[in-house]
Amino acid sequence: MTGSTDTDKPLRLNGGQALIKALEMEGVEVVFGYPGGAILPVYDPILDAGLRHVLVRHEQGAGHMAEGYAHATGKPGVCMVTSGPAATNIVTPLADAMLDSVPMVCITGQVALGSIGTDAFQECDTTGITRSVTKHNFLVTRAEDIPRIIREAFHIATTGRPGPVLVDIPKNIVDANNPDAYFDWEWPEELDLPGYHPNVTPSIESIEAAAELIMAAERPVLYVGGGVLKSRGAQALLELVELTDIPVVTTLMARGAFPDSHELCLGMPGMHGNYTAVTAIQRSDLLIAMGSRFDDRVTGKVGAFAPDAKIVHFDIDPAEHGKVRTPDVSVVGDCRISMELLNEELRTAGLPGSNPDRSAWRQQVSGWQEKYPLTYEQSKDGELLKPQYVIERLRDLSPKDTIVASGVGQHQMFASQYWEFNHPYTWLNSGGLGTMGFSIPAAIGAKAGLPDRTVWAIDGDGCFQMTAQELVTASVEKIPVKIALLNNSYLGMVRQWQSLFYEERLSEVHLGYDVPDYVMWAESMGCVAFRVEDVDEVDEVIAKANAINDRPVVVEFRCHATENVYPMVPAGGSNDDLIVDPSQADLLEADRAADRERAEAIEAGAQA
Amino acid sequence: MNRPGDLAHHTLSVLVENKAGVLARVADLFARRGYNIVSLAVAPTDDQAFSRITIVVDVESAPLEQIVKQLFKLINIVEIQELSAFDAVERELMIATIEASTDTRTQIVELVNIFEGKILAVSPEAITVSLDGAPSKIDDFEALLRDYGIRDLQRTGRIALPKMDRDVPVLRAVSNS
Repeated sequence: MTGSTDTDKPLRLNGGQALIKALEMEGVEVVFGYPGGAILPVYDPILDAGLRHVLVRHEQGAGHMAEGYAHATGKPGVCMVTSGPAATNIVTPLADAMLDSVPMVCITGQVALGSIGTDAFQECDTTGITRSVTKHNFLVTRAEDIPRIIREAFHIATTGRPGPVLVDIPKNIVDANNPDAYFDWEWPEELDLPGYHPNVTPSIESIEAAAELIMAAERPVLYVGGGVLKSRGAQALLELVELTDIPVVTTLMARGAFPDSHELCLGMPGMHGNYTAVTAIQRSDLLIAMGSRFDDRVTGKVGAFAPDAKIVHFDIDPAEHGKVRTPDVSVVGDCRISMELLNEELRTAGLPGSNPDRSAWRQQVSGWQEKYPLTYEQSKDGELLKPQYVIERLRDLSPKDTIVASGVGQHQMFASQYWEFNHPYTWLNSGGLGTMGFSIPAAIGAKAGLPDRTVWAIDGDGCFQMTAQELVTASVEKIPVKIALLNNSYLGMVRQWQSLFYEERLSEVHLGYDVPDYVMWAESMGCVAFRVEDVDEVDEVIAKANAINDRPVVVEFRCHATENVYPMVPAGGSNDDLIVDPSQADLLEADRAADRERAEAIEAGAQA
Repeated sequence: MNRPGDLAHHTLSVLVENKAGVLARVADLFARRGYNIVSLAVAPTDDQAFSRITIVVDVESAPLEQIVKQLFKLINIVEIQELSAFDAVERELMIATIEASTDTRTQIVELVNIFEGKILAVSPEAITVSLDGAPSKIDDFEALLRDYGIRDLQRTGRIALPKMDRDVPVLRAVSNS
């Protein structure tokens, strides 16, 4: 016998088999999903596939798990749900991933092509609904397009500025009983994306111009955002800082991109940033924005933000340049590649030897650090726990490379402030969209991707009640995450705003300590659960929780109900009007009075 | 009322992939970012794989550069050119049905002849005319017809192509090409 062997024969697959094979070709190891009518045909070939499917308890959980997986591993997160309500349930994670530039591919089932537009059972216009919350989306109309579209979806999700991509797949083209759903499998060599060309490598002119401003600056600050992490640029950033000796602030999306333990790390800027980070930006003469986007939670009142600073903006997304603040130098490109080129340019120019003398600036900055550290008052005997204290103990008693996921609210700000982030990709949170309930599913996604790491979710009681059902997923799927539930019985951040800006008229923010019983609830979901009310018990219970590796753990820390997050810039206010912890307020008032006197004296001298 | 010829208006010639839903993506972007569309025309190019959308935008509502950059983030958009009136050949088509009694009909026909328009249909009380040309010419024609009474009027929105043998800034939002 001569001629063709089995391997030459075209592989005949239906759309559902092709979808799973395409996911395997993309190297997908975990899919977070939930089956249902329209996606049913795809769940049959999953039984034979070489990938893990994690069965969630709500589609929103699948989306946030995919995000947590992507944040922690750097690989695209994948989720798969059915049509209609499942698709609408996953809109929130898509919007979350869109605002935080998280690489994610979401596959949704759709009613059969012939039924689209007829208000069929579980039909919704998924591509229409998700158009503004995805980087791109596809409605597949032919089975043979599935391999190419899946490849394009992963390419778009992971390149350029990353983001979520949705692929909507009508039931009939994945249906094993439909002869038209079969085709000869072919993995596309070429992509057909004539309008998609991310700007990866910056122009040499822009790098030279950036280097020139950096070398001339007297009071520079590196304003580092999530783009540094997305581009895997932490090492290049460390080299840049060591070359230039420039202090660094890391935004909420960039915690861990630069080690907090480094003497040049000033911490987080913004609404709840620490005094030094906020004030250094305000007084700087050059702000090097590295993969950051001048978010309103960082800038406060834009007109008063870093008023004396020239701006060098590094970002891969051209639309971020000049969107909020017009840069003096615009470097459009991947942050890691841009920093590598910049470092080379600076070395050629003689750095680190030829740095200008910035000792006055360094002294000023370290003076602020000494005067205005983050601070809180420890609880007195018989009082409930301070959330800051719980986070400090968790930080000190957990492994150094622990991954921390947080929800949204006071606990998120405390976690960002009081955890010491010394490793990239150890901080998962919902920065842009501010999605309550993010932490539990995100932690599960991270742990699914990195099973050897300790993963703590730091959650509030409001957030916990939004997505706690995913702890069932964690138990059943044996994904042993740990949850530190900071229960202060309030929607704490809303209560804080009502206290400060609505004359303490508390409206609809009290949740209550005792209902639900979090320990019973956690145990019923298969978790080990503890309740801590006393400062003396904190360390012991954290140690116990850290020793459990076969089941999820929930520790309910009963926290002080009226603790506020400081420092704080009131919404829309200038960063110059930062409110510090009450214990530092007199000192700051005296400093500000002295500054005013000095300014008046200079003005009087100028007039004379 | 603003007309497409106003200075605050800019014409963008946007080459897009000829795929389902692309026009919706463009329209949706303008809506969600708060940009105003003055007029919009869309049809396939000579290559069936691509369509050209000619959009006249109101730039008072947002800087043109930001509109172009946001548009270019749409995956199906291949190229964007800004066409100023000096660099472009612009055309628009209007059809209108005008009140025309036996007394006024000859006056309207005269106007149509002056503007080199066409008469498409005539009835005892009305006359339907068409005119194509530069948008400002159509503005003038429309203004003159208004006195006779306009029953119905439809303009296509402008379409435009770059004039030949001139450099047109190609706003590809790609700095390194």
